Amino acid sequence: MIKKIFFQSIFFNFFFLKEVFAAESGGMPQLNPEFWVSQIFWLTLTFGILYVVLSKLILPKISVNLELRKSQIQENIEAAESQRENSESKLKEYDEIISKSKLEAKNIFKEAREKALKTINSKRETLDKQIDEEIKKAEQEISILKKGAPEKINKIAIETSSELVKKLIGTDVNNSSLSAIVDDLSKKNRNKYYDN
Amino acid sequence: MAANPMTQFEVYRIGPEIKIGVFDISFTNASLFMVLSSLAILIIFNIGSKKNSMLPNKIQLLAELSYSFVAKMISDTAGSKAKPYFAFIFSLFMFVLFCNMFGMIPYTFTVTSHIIVTFVLASFIFISVTIIGFIKHGFGYLKLFVPSGVPVVLLPLIVIIEIISYLSRPISLSVRLFANMMAGHTMMKVFGGFVISLGIVGGWLPLSFSVALTGLEILVAFLQAYVFAILTCIYLNDALNLHH
Repeated sequence: MIKKIFFQSIFFNFFFLKEVFAAESGGMPQLNPEFWVSQIFWLTLTFGILYVVLSKLILPKISVNLELRKSQIQENIEAAESQRENSESKLKEYDEIISKSKLEAKNIFKEAREKALKTINSKRETLDKQIDEEIKKAEQEISILKKGAPEKINKIAIETSSELVKKLIGTDVNNSSLSAIVDDLSKKNRNKYYDN
Repeated sequence: MAANPMTQFEVYRIGPEIKIGVFDISFTNASLFMVLSSLAILIIFNIGSKKNSMLPNKIQLLAELSYSFVAKMISDTAGSKAKPYFAFIFSLFMFVLFCNMFGMIPYTFTVTSHIIVTFVLASFIFISVTIIGFIKHGFGYLKLFVPSGVPVVLLPLIVIIEIISYLSRPISLSVRLFANMMAGHTMMKVFGGFVISLGIVGGWLPLSFSVALTGLEILVAFLQAYVFAILTCIYLNDALNLHH
């Protein structure tokens, strides 16, 4: 009996703690096989039930929960992404419309300016033509007047001189002789007054 | 004289003696804590999985975090082929963790501080992994003992070493958990005994040690459960993905 305990103590001392054998009862309760079968039985039972319930009921639920949350978050992220893209494209469209309308406004402004310039130019041309024509007419009239002027002056000179002579002398003077004198005088003085 | 630090590991009958044939399967304090641990796991994870809200509450978060923790551990060590064994490794990890943690409550019993419990778990894992390996690879599973790139001269020696290391897996796995638990709890008991025997004058030093040891033991309780589960994953990985 003592020998057995001694051998046991040496064997287990090698494996485990010293305090075990300092105590009076000796040995480790773990190596007492009295309840080994009971422990194996209850371990198998409890662990088996735990495994079955966890694997059949609880773990699938947790997995489904996780998957659902993951997919929902993914969906939300995708929705946000698509909305962002949408808003970006809208912004682009808006920018395009603005730039287009700016261009159009520029074009319209240009066209209007050109039109106005054209009308102004054409009006000016017609006006210039009219002015030119009037000037020409006036010049022609002036030249006609210029040409007619000496004869008329001569006539007036002849009439006035015949009247003067009549009043001075009291007799009629031959018109032809008067006109000859006036012509002569006007020819002499032509260079003086109409030298242009 | 302080109480024997080993008395905390004694198993005693609770209630009547139950016998099947010659086997005594009475309900003991060990059975009580196995049942308590399993119940605690089931209750926590049942509450944690009941309703699925977008913003999980604490228990749901706990359940889901442990789920993804174990899932990541398995996929990191054993790859995607180990997915069918997820539930088993999850239950194993949780069972060992809760048994260890229940043992940290004063006056409780630590189920995993008994070699028979850890040995049954470890040998179950060992036998299942071996069976899975032979089913997946046939006799090609024996290639596990023949590492590639070894000189022919050394091969007999290496094969013998590999076989011995493979066969010692259940022993190392079970003794690691059991010895860690037992040593930690014995140490705590011894320091607790010192507090009593040194009294109000000298008891403060062992008391502070005891407090520190409690923190350490909680860490060890988690770590040993983790090691137990991750070694199971590694053994499973050997059986599923034969790399040699």
